[in-house]
Amino acid sequence: MGDSSLHVLKGIDLNIEAGELVAIMGSSGSGKSTLLNILGMLDLADEGEYRLDKVLIKGLTETTAAKYRNQFLGFVFQSFNLINYKNALENVALPLYYQGLGRKIRQEKALEYLDKVGLKEWATHLPSELSGGQKQRVAIARALASQPKVLLADEPTGALDSKTSNEVMGLIQQINNEGKTILVVTHELDIAHMCKRIVTLKDGVILEDQKVEQVIVDTYVQ
Amino acid sequence: MFNRDHWQEIFQTIQKNRLRTVLSGFTVALGIFIFIVLFGFGNGLKNSFKQFFLDDATNTLWVYPGQTSKPYRGFKSNRRIEFENSDLKDIKDNFNFFLEEITPRINRSDRVRYKGESDNYSSRAVAPAHQFIEKTIMMKGRYINEDDVMNKTKNIVIGRLVAKDLFKDEEPIGKYLEMGTSAFKVVGVFQDQSGDREERLIYMPYTTRQLIEKNNDKINSIIVSYRPELGYASALIFEKQLRLFLKKKKDIDPRDNNGIRIRNIADQVKQNQQFASVLQIIVAFVGIGTLIAGIIGISNIMVFVVKERTKELGIRKALGATPKSVIGMVLQESIFITTLSGILGMISGIALLGKIGDRLEQFFIIDPYIDNFTALIATVLLILFGAIAGYIPAKRAARIKPIVALRDE
Repeated sequence: MGDSSLHVLKGIDLNIEAGELVAIMGSSGSGKSTLLNILGMLDLADEGEYRLDKVLIKGLTETTAAKYRNQFLGFVFQSFNLINYKNALENVALPLYYQGLGRKIRQEKALEYLDKVGLKEWATHLPSELSGGQKQRVAIARALASQPKVLLADEPTGALDSKTSNEVMGLIQQINNEGKTILVVTHELDIAHMCKRIVTLKDGVILEDQKVEQVIVDTYVQ
Repeated sequence: MFNRDHWQEIFQTIQKNRLRTVLSGFTVALGIFIFIVLFGFGNGLKNSFKQFFLDDATNTLWVYPGQTSKPYRGFKSNRRIEFENSDLKDIKDNFNFFLEEITPRINRSDRVRYKGESDNYSSRAVAPAHQFIEKTIMMKGRYINEDDVMNKTKNIVIGRLVAKDLFKDEEPIGKYLEMGTSAFKVVGVFQDQSGDREERLIYMPYTTRQLIEKNNDKINSIIVSYRPELGYASALIFEKQLRLFLKKKKDIDPRDNNGIRIRNIADQVKQNQQFASVLQIIVAFVGIGTLIAGIIGISNIMVFVVKERTKELGIRKALGATPKSVIGMVLQESIFITTLSGILGMISGIALLGKIGDRLEQFFIIDPYIDNFTALIATVLLILFGAIAGYIPAKRAARIKPIVALRDE
């Protein structure tokens, strides 16, 4: 992308139900990240239709897109994207700030979600004082804090070792079991198999779309 | 826009990003500080300039006797010309149209004693009009008056520093000073803008001086002022006619340029005014230059600040920050810092100028100052341009897709 445009997705027909845990697989350049970015309203599709909870997402102004992102979507990135000068609690509280909630409620909620990912004790630590796995868990707490309809995770384990990856995926499974719809972009097959459905992309089209037997991660420890 | 949460968020970013805060704050503070100091110095230069040239009344001719360089009507050359009391009267009678005031001046130096204290002071024996021509300001008592001249009284007017030297904290008015061999009564104390030398003078009636000196009628020099509404051209005519008149009276060859010397202040004033306006232009130029440098400085830093924050802004957008809130945050932060440091720079600049006073007199900077209006306008201008400079990159940052901003490392 950048300034030069590239035709990445060439016709994706995909329907994801509420409560699903979907892995989007593909080698690099297959268009999986682009798809996720469009779903996350971080990027716009040139053509086609995208409906989120029956709402047609099209021709949004930046302000409306921001509002939708805040209300409907939670992001988890490969590189965590925590704000480095804010501590864990403040990072988790940030989307709530943009929801216009009061300071006290923000802190209560943020603490609640930090607790959920097992990092209540780390609330006042800066991201630089956290391990990779902890950072990703803070990021997940932040994504959940605004109670979005969908959680979008772009290579959430990409920067983590396999043990920590399992922890993070265990957390994602747990959140999914509580009813949250989650999309995970990954290029690792074992990560994909921890989801309930795998959509494989190749060169901008869907190569395969199958429900799989979920590998339950039991190594997740609080 | 003005809710508490919003400002808490801004204070946090300010606090947690010290380098950025210090950098932009320092630029603005320094910019405005330098502007105020330079501008003040310019005004200080103008002050000393005024003191040098514009202290005395400007519509005056200073007439000095010289030495002839040509023989004329039976007189040899190299004859020393002298003025006397009749010259005053003749000038008054013949130049009634031009004349405003006239005073003679006899310069002497005297040993002056009061109680245990004594020192040498220059004295000027003058007529009352001298006060107007020299722009002498009375602090206490009165100046020499017509009565003094008529009765040849032994009344004197002393400068502020004479009073300070001899009388210390004592009240000088009414006291008697020993001057040469006679006692003089102090009737007034004056101050003068021209500096210390002028305030160590003693004025007395010119007739008294003449009485002391064997009752002669000699005068060192004559100062005349002409009606200011006459203007520059008339001043030149007056000068020419006065010279001619005196040459005739003193039997000096009309072609002899050395018998009578006349200094026409109008001539000098014209040059000085030109010089003053050049000075003004330089001051303005320097001021605008510094301000522009400051504006460029803060603009650069704002571009850098927004660039540095691109990723953070991307994260914020992904979490639901609207473009408006992104711009608002960047702008309010920058305006807050620039306002605070701008005012700080302004106050410290003004404070420095105030402390300088006449300490830099040797560099021709006296009482540097900046008027509040200019200082305030400059500060506001810098803050405004800082905001504009921040707005443009902030707007661009708010417009880029979050995904592009997030990729920024």
